[in-house]
Amino acid sequence: MSESEPTTDGDVSREVAQRVFAGEFNDASYTFKESDDDRAPVYLLLPTGEHANRVFIVGTLTETEDVGEDNEYWRGRIVDPTGTFFVYAGQYQPDAASTLREAEPPAYVAVVGKPRTYETDDGDINVSVRPESITEVDAATRDRWVVETADRTLDRIAAFDDAGNEYARMAGEQYGDDLSRYTQTVVDGLETLESTDELAVQSPTNADGGAADSDDTAGDAVDAADPSPQP
Amino acid sequence: MTELRTHAAEIAEQFSDHVDVTEDEVETKLQQLVEEYQVPVDEAKRSVRNSYLEEAGIDRDDISGDGNERALVNDIDEDEQWVDLRVKLVDLWDPRSDSISQVGLLGDESGTIKFVAFETSELEQLDEGQCYELSNVVTDEYQGTYSVKLNRTTTITAIDEEIEVGDNSETVEGALVDVQSGSGLIKRCPKEGCTRVLQNGRCAEHGEVDGEFDLRIKAVLDDGHEVQDVIFNREATESLTGIELAEAKQLAKDALDTSVVADEMRADILGRYYTVTGPTLGRYVLANEFEQHDGPADAESVLIKARSI
Repeated sequence: MSESEPTTDGDVSREVAQRVFAGEFNDASYTFKESDDDRAPVYLLLPTGEHANRVFIVGTLTETEDVGEDNEYWRGRIVDPTGTFFVYAGQYQPDAASTLREAEPPAYVAVVGKPRTYETDDGDINVSVRPESITEVDAATRDRWVVETADRTLDRIAAFDDAGNEYARMAGEQYGDDLSRYTQTVVDGLETLESTDELAVQSPTNADGGAADSDDTAGDAVDAADPSPQP
Repeated sequence: MTELRTHAAEIAEQFSDHVDVTEDEVETKLQQLVEEYQVPVDEAKRSVRNSYLEEAGIDRDDISGDGNERALVNDIDEDEQWVDLRVKLVDLWDPRSDSISQVGLLGDESGTIKFVAFETSELEQLDEGQCYELSNVVTDEYQGTYSVKLNRTTTITAIDEEIEVGDNSETVEGALVDVQSGSGLIKRCPKEGCTRVLQNGRCAEHGEVDGEFDLRIKAVLDDGHEVQDVIFNREATESLTGIELAEAKQLAKDALDTSVVADEMRADILGRYYTVTGPTLGRYVLANEFEQHDGPADAESVLIKARSI
């Protein structure tokens, strides 16, 4: 235990990176703090009832563009099976900005970053990611992220009605409590993976007594499989 | 549960074998002392305990340890629990405060944990290397790290056995979301017994020294529920990144900058999924073994879970 240099770089209560699909992330708009301190972390409230000060996303970088005027300000579009994340990196995120500058889309990338919201002139709230890091990864890592994110999203949906789930209560007030579209988001995400191709073939009809026709109420199962376009 | 209720539950549990006592009754007594007479909680607990000792006609020692669980040190994961330990005194440190009688490291087969004994508890002194049964110690937590406090009610029994001390080995899994400063090509103090990492060529203990190069990575694994700091030593760093010390030195030399090594390593490991196994050291897991997850994840079971919602 001779190693005793100060660990000033380690923020003791580092915020967990939430796993969230673009389809859910882009629906979020409400941000809040849990203390009055100026430096208190800002959280984005996710519709499935979780607070996110940091996210971890993996997807396909499809496009990069320098949208800055005086200084470089790079925008990247990162696509997952359910939608598109927008990441913006400028002079204060030099590593991420240079990764975007040098990237050659399409490429699988992993991003650790902070959710940011922006109000447009029309009064809409846009949500984006300010990256702490962007790295190029392989397809296996992307697939693993899709499965993990699906699993975490389902966990949030399952816990939504739990007594004492404060963030779910907030989410219900801000976004409503119909989560069926996020269950659908999860199914959509998983079905894009090759390993689930066989299951995916069954899904549109959902007819041959697969797992969805379990002991759950028929109504829910129908909702989850509803192929109608999302609003 | 209120704080008083917790204390009441603890006391009721301690005396449950000896006298007829309910949590409510204990709580009422505590409440009266604390709220009505403004007695400090610790003193109130002591007073209530004494009243039951008298009622039951027993000694304090007879109740010590009652209802406690024999715990392994590496399993301790909750604050303010009363536990019994069977441990070896691995190491004694110099107390930093006059109120502390002894401080150091206790170990059992599961690993090691810090302990503190206070002067006010008036306990017998423990000897390094000796094994003990300790009844009635209290767990404590500081920034996610657990320790145990010996106290006035702790009983210490030296035992004539040898305990093999384990290494607090843990396995953690997650995405590698951060590589922290102090990673990559570093310099350590060359003085004997000192391996401190130099900051700008200076050792915190020995001042300006001619450091020796080493490799390491301080990283954060995040599984979406919690974060865990991990350290890869030189050997693990070389096998994780494929960059060996000689190559790292060359990279740094070419760039006239050591930070390029960490940058190179970041690009190789950030955003990937790993499982890491090794002993814990403070808030770190030392990566003795690790594995990158590059196989397919089990999508079907998650799909089934989705369809059952």
